[in-house]
Amino acid sequence: MMKTAEMLEIFKRHRGDAVVIPGRGGRFWVELSDQPDRDLPLGDPAMGGHASFALGLALAMPEQRVVLFDSEGDVLMGMGALPTIAEKAPANLYHFMLDNGVYATTGGQPVPNAEQMEYEVVAQGCGYPATYAIDNLEDFASQIEEILGQPGPVFVALKIDPEIINEPINARPQWQRKTRNQAVADMQAELGIQPPA
Amino acid sequence: MAELSPATVLEQLKKNGATHVVWLPDSETNFLYVLMSEEPSLDLVPVSREGHAFSTAAGLAAGGKKPVILIQNTGMMESGDSLRGWGLGMNVPVVMMVGYRGWTRHGVINDTAAFYTERFLHAFNINYYLVESDEDADRISIAFAEAQREKRPVAVLVGDEYHGFNVSR
Repeated sequence: MMKTAEMLEIFKRHRGDAVVIPGRGGRFWVELSDQPDRDLPLGDPAMGGHASFALGLALAMPEQRVVLFDSEGDVLMGMGALPTIAEKAPANLYHFMLDNGVYATTGGQPVPNAEQMEYEVVAQGCGYPATYAIDNLEDFASQIEEILGQPGPVFVALKIDPEIINEPINARPQWQRKTRNQAVADMQAELGIQPPA
Repeated sequence: MAELSPATVLEQLKKNGATHVVWLPDSETNFLYVLMSEEPSLDLVPVSREGHAFSTAAGLAAGGKKPVILIQNTGMMESGDSLRGWGLGMNVPVVMMVGYRGWTRHGVINDTAAFYTERFLHAFNINYYLVESDEDADRISIAFAEAQREKRPVAVLVGDEYHGFNVSR
């Protein structure tokens, strides 16, 4: 098991100029990132959609590396996105998935079949050419260079500690520093992307 | 009544600069598949659940591309939360071409998919245009312009199930 923030701290050293969609790791990533204009901390627009969003982004800018930190709850809800990613096979997409076994932001209830799921096997079966399963920081640190050093799409299942939130939504600390649309606009400005006319 | 030809729809997509077609096959728009797959200016992104179409389109638009969504009304209704969060919530200027399963022109509707389609769009405050024949095709361009101007999804309802496109020739 890894602490999400500790895992992200290691990832940060290998990020390069990648655009990062931190997903459920957003509240930790905004504290760590030193390239916020290349970050898309979208929070949770609608559960299950991060992988498809990352696919769209990767297809739109094939020269730009895109890194997603998905969650197992999102993948379970949107599992049908995996075959599409594998078929389109964007070489610039790196799909990490945080697996804490629970719905951490609703109080920590287990996800379906939490103890037996092997998400990297699912991704492999969907056609991802490279998949990993990592459950400790030492292995993550030793493999991250290899993971990011190969063409995507790569899927990496990461076992992380549940860091459960159980306060009413309106009482939770607001970690997002800008709106979703502002985050997208900042990334477009940073990368020189013109929205289509 | 005149038919809606696949070539006309494809011409509208090209004319309006669509770069990607995010789609899930349905009986109203399957006619387009062969033409789209042979069109070099369009990249097809097949999804397995319509909700993925909205998040995929959001990513494409964020990256500067101009996607169009091609789905059926049944799947659109299943996609409500994704349409809310990814489509409307992220101000994605996208045209969603929606196969209008069960649509009839005489007001007698026996398919609940059709019965709820426009009610669903009203609930999400999404404007829509009905396209039944080639004569209506310019409404597709109107939808593209409106989506771009308003920065939100606009629907085109394709009311041509098992007619027009699907007639063997």
